[in-house]
Amino acid sequence: MIACPNGGGFGGKSDIFGHEIVVCKAALDLGRPVKIALNREEVFYCHRGRHPVLMKFRTGVTSEGKLTGMHLQTLLDGGAYGSYGVASTFYTGALATVTYELPRYRFDGCRVFTNKPACGPKRGHGTPQPRFGQEVQLDKIAASLKLDPAEMRLQMIAPAQSVTANHMKISTIALGECIRRVTAASDWSNKHGKLPEGKGVGLACGSYLSGAGLPIYWNKMPHSGVQIKLDRGGGVTVFCGCTEIGQGSDDVLVGLVAEVLGTHPDDICCVTGDTDLTPVDLGSYSSRVTLMMGNAAIQAAERARESLRTAAADKLDVPAERLVFADRRVFDTEDPDRGMSFRDAIIAAEERFGTLGSVGSYTPPRSPARYKGGGVGPSAAYSYSAAIVGVTVDPATGWLNVDDVWCAHDIGRALNPVLARGQVEGSVYMGLGEALMEEQIFRRLPKKLSGALVHKIPSLLEYKSPTSHDMPRLHTILVEEPDPNGPMGAKEVGQGPLLPIMPAVANAVFDAVGVRIDEVPITPDKIAKALELKRQGKEPRVGPKTFPEIEWPEALQVPPPWEGGDGKAINDPDRKRAAKLTEEARR
Amino acid sequence: MMRLPRFDYHAPSTIAEAAEILAGEGPAAMLIAGGTDLLPNMKRRQQTPGTLVALRGIDELRQHDVETAGATLGAGLTLTDVVRNDDLRERYAGLWQAAVQVATPHLRNMGTLGGNLCLDTRCNYYDQNYEWRKAISFCMKKDGETCWVAPASKRCLAVSSTDTAPALASLDARVRLVSKEGSRELALLDLYKDDGIQYLSRRPDEILVSVSLPESSGWASTYWKLRRRGSFDFPVLSVAAAVKQAGDGTIEDARIVLGAVASAPRISEDGAACLIGNALTDESIDAAASRVATQSKPMDNTDFVLHWRKRVTAEFVRYALRELRGDPMGETRRRIAQHELIPL
Repeated sequence: MIACPNGGGFGGKSDIFGHEIVVCKAALDLGRPVKIALNREEVFYCHRGRHPVLMKFRTGVTSEGKLTGMHLQTLLDGGAYGSYGVASTFYTGALATVTYELPRYRFDGCRVFTNKPACGPKRGHGTPQPRFGQEVQLDKIAASLKLDPAEMRLQMIAPAQSVTANHMKISTIALGECIRRVTAASDWSNKHGKLPEGKGVGLACGSYLSGAGLPIYWNKMPHSGVQIKLDRGGGVTVFCGCTEIGQGSDDVLVGLVAEVLGTHPDDICCVTGDTDLTPVDLGSYSSRVTLMMGNAAIQAAERARESLRTAAADKLDVPAERLVFADRRVFDTEDPDRGMSFRDAIIAAEERFGTLGSVGSYTPPRSPARYKGGGVGPSAAYSYSAAIVGVTVDPATGWLNVDDVWCAHDIGRALNPVLARGQVEGSVYMGLGEALMEEQIFRRLPKKLSGALVHKIPSLLEYKSPTSHDMPRLHTILVEEPDPNGPMGAKEVGQGPLLPIMPAVANAVFDAVGVRIDEVPITPDKIAKALELKRQGKEPRVGPKTFPEIEWPEALQVPPPWEGGDGKAINDPDRKRAAKLTEEARR
Repeated sequence: MMRLPRFDYHAPSTIAEAAEILAGEGPAAMLIAGGTDLLPNMKRRQQTPGTLVALRGIDELRQHDVETAGATLGAGLTLTDVVRNDDLRERYAGLWQAAVQVATPHLRNMGTLGGNLCLDTRCNYYDQNYEWRKAISFCMKKDGETCWVAPASKRCLAVSSTDTAPALASLDARVRLVSKEGSRELALLDLYKDDGIQYLSRRPDEILVSVSLPESSGWASTYWKLRRRGSFDFPVLSVAAAVKQAGDGTIEDARIVLGAVASAPRISEDGAACLIGNALTDESIDAAASRVATQSKPMDNTDFVLHWRKRVTAEFVRYALRELRGDPMGETRRRIAQHELIPL
């Protein structure tokens, strides 16, 4: 199978669709290439969009603004099929602990089937929804405690190199620096709560994983493998199963190998996404490629470098540990003129060792979470983001303009700053679409007539998303604090910067006109309605009013690390009992 | 994939030739100018004409005459032609502001003034592909019997979504229609009927050939459009206003027209009456705005929720009239339209 260069995934292509199987079968039966093209309406029915999630947050907080505990309940509208719904459901709870210090945490999640297109793993996979809920609630908590939302968050950031209440291992965390950078860049302290009526700023934060710690299809393969071939002309060929989907993974692969070998990216050929030719990589999803492929590439390149170093040290009569690889040369750090070209080092190594090649692979570290469901959420490194959004709201109509977005992202290290900024900007764009206008609306026709449930707007004219013309001023800040688990310190950037955007818009609307829109999209009619409620002296809020009663099964109890927990549940029924319960339930 | 149905294609080079073909083909033939409205509709099978008569090759339709005494515009001018004409922009600001807010630059390069005036009415139960419409047993406007917007309605409630019609109506424009039988001229507003299906009084054998505008001196005009995005989108409410002001600021004549709130543009004579004989004061503007807003009867068949569209009508009328008074509205324009929209 050859993965051609193609457009972005954003989760919508993770599932295997029926029509894809049909095309493969048809190609086998006909012995000819077969192509299928969906029209836009069909894409709306099988694209696996983000789950609409109803959420209930019950959060304990001290008067100083420290969290004491949180109980999160989520209810997901799954649509007609499972898709990755089980993982999506776990994700609405799993990452709620890795941003702020949280001594106790309870999570109940439920996904229901409805007669709609199935939902699945859209960019941020299950995380943007609880992020919205928690960040908006924190804004409310800060308001009622009369604390500055930025200061309050700075006091509660989860510690680096720690294990959370639900046994997620945090590596580095530069969220504090992200908050400091966006508040400084936006002049937050002179704006929040101080702008004239109709103008406001809102802050929110988020965190995301640099690749899931476990594969969705359980197996014991490495998550990514890289092979390197060195040729006598000084060229290098790198093989990896990773799939370029426009995010620039080929560039990262080449860049890392060039950096380790001290050669130039122009001299490196890469062969990717071809199952005949390349070792495995699990795919371009879950913000995993830079970290996992990158670590595998560095390992392979370092192994290749060792052969070259040994041979070059002999030829140059320099201790191997004094040799460096840079500028297409191998040379003595103490006498840089004493050296040889990279090509000659390859020739020397080939003479000594025979044909040259090396391999590297990567598997994420084992997670301390050992309870059922603990496989969702672990990652070698979490990225962090903080965003401030500046808005103008017209009190007469509720018309909402986003004027500025400041977004700081803790990326560990930006291997290609241009591509990294592109990911941040794309995330902000997509986040604004979700915050301001995107919505899948279904309507039921009258029962006595057809009674059909139809997608209201399965077209890109009426399903509104912003265009470049609608983008605000965007101020992107990359915060670099290298993470020991990332290649050259790099963490993810493809999904994290999306997370704070929606709640930051909601919080900015509150700062501007004092009303709460507790759902997305945040549209002018909702703001107008909330302003009307405010004028009537009622609670100035538009959003879900209740969370339904759900008969939850007994929750697994996992003591947090500081209560002696070992990552396992203390009340997990064994498999036999679970099977017996299922059997009884069936009867 | 959605493909066009089969059709015969004629490309006449004169209006007379086109009228001849149209008369010969009967109602199964349709005119095509820029095709930006018709071709997507044909792909969705909302229209399946057996014959298309193309107007693109007819030079007469692209003639224009913008003199001090008025203006005559060929219906075949593209919207880009209209937008780039500085004389029009200076003298008929409302028309320019409407034309420049139609769709995107690409569509304005293809779409014509006549095409925008004859734009099919829109409704989100109708602007769907064939399979979607079939799934709801179709609607009254095409292939079905029920109006899903208001199942008790005897008539189709699809929305007039042209930007240039309200603007031109506020400017008291007239249009000329030509058929094999001859030619007739009528007030632009008489081209429209408040019926989502029979929304034009144009006969199938007639070609809309030109628009004429009266003398502009003493008049000032403006156009405000509500839509989700500043980049493109059909109007879900629009306000076109034109006033003739005496030297002392007294309004001698006024026309206020609403777009996208019914199946035809709606002129508010009551609203205009609140202005005539008065200066544009906050009081007269408020009075006019509330009168005009009573004409706004949107249905739940476009973008944005119905009650809010109705509710902001008065505010949009105020924007328009305050701009005509000379208030600085640039900031509001930028916020609503994402454009400055400054007339010359």
